[in-house]
Amino acid sequence: MKSNRKIANIIAEVLKYVILIAGSVFTILPFVWMISSSLKTPAELVQVPPALFPEVPQWLNYKSAWEAAPFARYLVNTIIVTICTTAGVLVTTVLSAFAFSRLNFPGKKTVFSLFLATLMIPGEMLIITNYETIIKLKWIDSYRAMIVPWISSAFYIYLLTRFFMQVPESLYLAAKVDKCSDFKYMIKIMVPMNKQAIFSIAILNIISSWNAFLWPLLVTNSQEMRVLSNGLVRFQTEAGSSTELIMAASCILVMPIIIIYLFLRKYIIEGVTRSGLKG
Amino acid sequence: MDKKSFKGYLYLLPSIIIMVCFTLYPLVRAIIMSFLGDYSIINDSYNSIGFENYKALFSDPDFGKSLINTAIYVVCVVPASIILSLLFAVLINSCKKLKALFQTIYFLPYVTSVIAIGIVWRWMFNSNYGLINYVLSIFGVEPIQWLNLPEYAMPALIIFAIWKSMAFNILIFLAGLQTIPEDLYRAARIDSTPRLRVFTRITVPSLAPMIVYSSVIGMIGAFKVYNEVFSLFQGKAGPANSAMTIVYYIYDKFYNSYKYGVAAAGSVVLFLIILALTQIQLKVTGGRKK
Repeated sequence: MKSNRKIANIIAEVLKYVILIAGSVFTILPFVWMISSSLKTPAELVQVPPALFPEVPQWLNYKSAWEAAPFARYLVNTIIVTICTTAGVLVTTVLSAFAFSRLNFPGKKTVFSLFLATLMIPGEMLIITNYETIIKLKWIDSYRAMIVPWISSAFYIYLLTRFFMQVPESLYLAAKVDKCSDFKYMIKIMVPMNKQAIFSIAILNIISSWNAFLWPLLVTNSQEMRVLSNGLVRFQTEAGSSTELIMAASCILVMPIIIIYLFLRKYIIEGVTRSGLKG
Repeated sequence: MDKKSFKGYLYLLPSIIIMVCFTLYPLVRAIIMSFLGDYSIINDSYNSIGFENYKALFSDPDFGKSLINTAIYVVCVVPASIILSLLFAVLINSCKKLKALFQTIYFLPYVTSVIAIGIVWRWMFNSNYGLINYVLSIFGVEPIQWLNLPEYAMPALIIFAIWKSMAFNILIFLAGLQTIPEDLYRAARIDSTPRLRVFTRITVPSLAPMIVYSSVIGMIGAFKVYNEVFSLFQGKAGPANSAMTIVYYIYDKFYNSYKYGVAAAGSVVLFLIILALTQIQLKVTGGRKK
């Protein structure tokens, strides 16, 4: 009887790992397939049965893809847009969260509710009229158009306000007694005390800016202003059947984020969990 | 006193400017635009005011199809993703040593570009040389024209979407599992309660709020699906528009056919759907806080 239970337990344990490994394979297969396809020869790509890995990795595919389209330019554009957007988000988020959590002003509750209410508006709805605004401002085909609409996020403000609220009010009052200005208090006390939360917000924003697709596609015309995700889609249409080059180009877009993820996954996972459970 | 009271607004100013210009104004503007017939954004002209765009919208079979497809998508993706995520989250949580490794792997799809990985899925769905048809052929399944036949377009999209959406759900469930008191499981172990019973009597009820939350978030996300369609079908909405979704329809009317009013009307419909779902979400999360 007891040994039966033991055997059942072992079977359950083995089954658990079989399922988990099968799920892991399903999850990372597209990534593995992307990398392996990017290193194959055209003949290997259409070979049946397909080989999991190329016989000789064709590293030259990356060079060919890199030279076939201005990916260097796309990469620089993506980095500029990502850094500027994230810097803007951090500044506006810290300032607003500080105002909502520590300062008193008439209509504070109303304004805060208004900020929260905007979270219900699907961004997809705003794109049409925002596009119109960008045309009227004559911002089409500029970095401004890709950056400015995204430098404030009600969601991150809400998140950081909750973090700031947890800092004891007594600290603020003590600082007031010492004649420390609000701004100085924010920079010297609030920001360092919540640096992990701020860092999480920064990484989450970097990921979403990096992966942004439709907005930069709409507001840019010229090749010089394109970001990586738009360049990839354009390249896919132009490269036609050169699957190995398309896969190499996809890797160029995906890999930087995967590397950031592998190094900073603690902050990313924590940030998403917190926003998920509190949102 | 006055100086102090308005200082708060100084701090809020940058956010308020952005919010007014790029969230509140476009919201109002989109609603107005949806009532203007034949509106053009080039010269602000329109030739009528009324429900013309809404009439055009609801008499367009493509919009009907987009509503049906989005509904199919929601009904297939959300429950399947939730059930699979629940299973994997519970299994990951019961691992001791490899927990962090599995968590890292399963969360990977969340951070990657839908556009890039959609292109990879497009390659895997290739009917002649795709990995998926090859694996199916091992089990004796004839090659499937995933991306070329209308009847397989939605299944292909749904498989891709389930793969993509599980990452977030698993993360939320794993966080939820940490909040279940260990005592409950210890008591169950002492009573030697079977695993399945522990799962249905302790785990699932304890996770109920997260399950509802993930479902609503999943539904909201599903109603907004666009990038997945764009990348899987190379900028189209599948063969014969068979994978047309609401947001794809809106952008198509706006960007390709220049029917701004109809696109705005479609986006108002989308807004109302999301608003209704958000109300459910607020009820659920509000109930949890009490």
